[in-house]
Amino acid sequence: MARAAQKDTKTDSGNKLSNVSKADLLKYYREMVLIRRFEERAGQLYGMGLIGGFCHLYIGQEAVAVGMEAASKEGDQVITGYRDHGHMLAAGMDPKAVMAELTGRSGGSSKGKGGSMHMFDIATGFFGGHGIVGAQVSLGTGLAFADFYKKNGNVSFTYFGDGAANQGQVYESFNMAQLWKLPVVYVIENNEYAMGTSLARASATVNLSQRGASFGIPGETVDGMDVFAVKEAAERAAEHARSGKGPYILEMKTYRYRGHSMSDPAKYRSKEEVDEVKTTRDPIDHIKTMLQQAGVAEDEIKTIDNEVKAIVLEAVDFAQTSPEPDPSELYTDVYTEA
Amino acid sequence: MTDILMPALSPTMEEGTLSKWLIKVGDEVSAGQVIAEIETDKATMEVEAVDEGKVEAILIDAGTEGVKVNTPIARLEGGVSSPAPAPAQAADAPATQEGGEKKAADATPAAAPVSKPQNDPEFPEGTPMVKITVRDALRDAIAEEMRRDDAVFLMGEEVAQYQGAYKVSRNLLEEFGDRRVIDTPITEMGFAGIGSGAAMAGLKPIIEFMTFNFAMQAIDHIINSSAKTLYMSGGQIKSSIVFRGPNGAAARVAAQHSQDYSSWYANVPGLKVLAPYDAADAKGLLKAAIRDPNPVVFLEHEMMYGNEFEIPDVEDFVLPIGKAKIQREGKDVTIVAHSRMVGFALKAAEQLAAEGIDAEVVNLRTLRPLDTDTVVASVKKTNRLVTVEEGWGPCGIGAEVAARVTAEAFDDLDAPPARVHQEDVPMPYAANLEALTVPSVEKIIAAVKQVSYK
Repeated sequence: MARAAQKDTKTDSGNKLSNVSKADLLKYYREMVLIRRFEERAGQLYGMGLIGGFCHLYIGQEAVAVGMEAASKEGDQVITGYRDHGHMLAAGMDPKAVMAELTGRSGGSSKGKGGSMHMFDIATGFFGGHGIVGAQVSLGTGLAFADFYKKNGNVSFTYFGDGAANQGQVYESFNMAQLWKLPVVYVIENNEYAMGTSLARASATVNLSQRGASFGIPGETVDGMDVFAVKEAAERAAEHARSGKGPYILEMKTYRYRGHSMSDPAKYRSKEEVDEVKTTRDPIDHIKTMLQQAGVAEDEIKTIDNEVKAIVLEAVDFAQTSPEPDPSELYTDVYTEA
Repeated sequence: MTDILMPALSPTMEEGTLSKWLIKVGDEVSAGQVIAEIETDKATMEVEAVDEGKVEAILIDAGTEGVKVNTPIARLEGGVSSPAPAPAQAADAPATQEGGEKKAADATPAAAPVSKPQNDPEFPEGTPMVKITVRDALRDAIAEEMRRDDAVFLMGEEVAQYQGAYKVSRNLLEEFGDRRVIDTPITEMGFAGIGSGAAMAGLKPIIEFMTFNFAMQAIDHIINSSAKTLYMSGGQIKSSIVFRGPNGAAARVAAQHSQDYSSWYANVPGLKVLAPYDAADAKGLLKAAIRDPNPVVFLEHEMMYGNEFEIPDVEDFVLPIGKAKIQREGKDVTIVAHSRMVGFALKAAEQLAAEGIDAEVVNLRTLRPLDTDTVVASVKKTNRLVTVEEGWGPCGIGAEVAARVTAEAFDDLDAPPARVHQEDVPMPYAANLEALTVPSVEKIIAAVKQVSYK
């Protein structure tokens, strides 16, 4: 059996700046701030009763979706679980359509029929948005199977959390992906808690990058709070998958600031623990420091902040003014006309 | 003197080909010695001697086809009489996990007579017909659709090199190669999910379950990932995928391998559910299922695979989804059935005819969408309804049919509808208990008499 490679990626961002254009820095900053402001507003709308049901916010994990997206090419697919808003925005979906789906309006990306956990966008290659923990791992492997079958050179970026990492079908998928050398990058967003259960309380082994070792799938642990570390690892992983070598696992060490969902008071962890991450590892503070080091003027950053704020407010407005779906939509989209 | 009998090598085997003798007259054989090779429609198997003795006579020549189970095939001098020899499996045909290769007596009723459909719009008068097994009809349907569309592929356990646990996929690997005929590990949830994901990306997978009993491991992907995604995506993500395999009561395999899932899947919006009876249904409906842009659950029946029927010998024979068929015309009572139970209903109708009751048999063919119109029109003519299914009664297909008929033809009913179904217990193993629990021709006749007040 091939020995799985293990690397611990610790990027000293200061030394990498020479490889990073100012334009890239600004782009990633903008995307990460968009996700954060969007999610803050979503939380607010939830509190106002405008968003119903479950709503899982991505705040704290922004560097993962944005850094991964930087390694994707035209035609690649993204699929994830229900903490999906950040991925959709990173994939390039219209914030208005995403927010309006959260409020269950006809202008939503699923016409209001999917909600927070079930959104899709063929145009940007975003295949959901799945509510069953772990299901997206088999489905994402199936997207990779389609790439392999069509020989189109594309890669499926299949995200799941530390909770899903214990589901049986994950390992069924790992086995077949490696057996058939499918072009899939498995991105494990390890935010330390599966709902209220910490990784250590749920997992016999906590190094999730090595969960593919028994299948010979290489894996590495990545600082998921550093967008450039994520981007570099993503490029290595995507290149591996794209070149026909099969699947690759990236364990992203990250953290969610909010509860599991809006209704979770998060009493299973201390305020100090959360504050510690916020003050020392925040992914947006991190890239902001890099921007300052690169000599980007405060005004330029402020301009981006204001633009993002306007985009989010526009999405919020749209999500409240877009009408509810017409009752006639109840019976549409059940079947495709033969 | 001891007769060596033709052994049954699977729960459903009725006959086989004695392909090769490994002994000749005058040889001394010992217990456990491989003495012959027998070919069934599923596999080539070796036969071991159970008794010792000198071969006195070879009663059936090598190469003889259609040798019935329990026919004497050779005779040994001396010794005591013994039952049929135990089968040993050939090295190239290992036992399937749970497939059809287990030794068991075939305790099932004989196949129903070949039905002559009374009014089938898909069979115009004078169409040339050809005889074919249900198994080969399914195979031909898959092969024709794979030739027609490169996006169609077959994935499942033992579908490729083994040629199918029930030999439905025979020769497909040879024709289409391992890119399109794909053996999977034993991981139903995994490959059902991979198929569902591939369908989301535009491919047209045919996912074979060795039986639908194992699809319970995968039902999350059939329902949550495939049936619901079009709706949840506001019409964006289409899933053209077929989940197929044997369903229903098999023979002597007990509770975990013998269950009818018709009503489970027929309950779910977003799915289409088909249940063929004969070879024409099998071919015409499977081709339609593969072409359909929606997820289709295609419920075959293990006990029907080897049965031969006539089908139209025409190019591209496709049947419509959502249309029932009047399998036998009658005026006194409507018997609604699907899958193997259509054959039972036809047999019952034959016997009832002798008693002066003229039964109409409706073969549902499609369980979702259910062809209520055809059923209601029949009941309006006969005024009496009996439903037959292999599944359990509560919340079953018969319950649904009866509810629709009472809603739409209440005033036309001369008696409350009667339902024939499996008894409300897990499938027992013992032959007598198994026979008691499943529907039978006798139970159908009794139900018809009940609704006819006779």
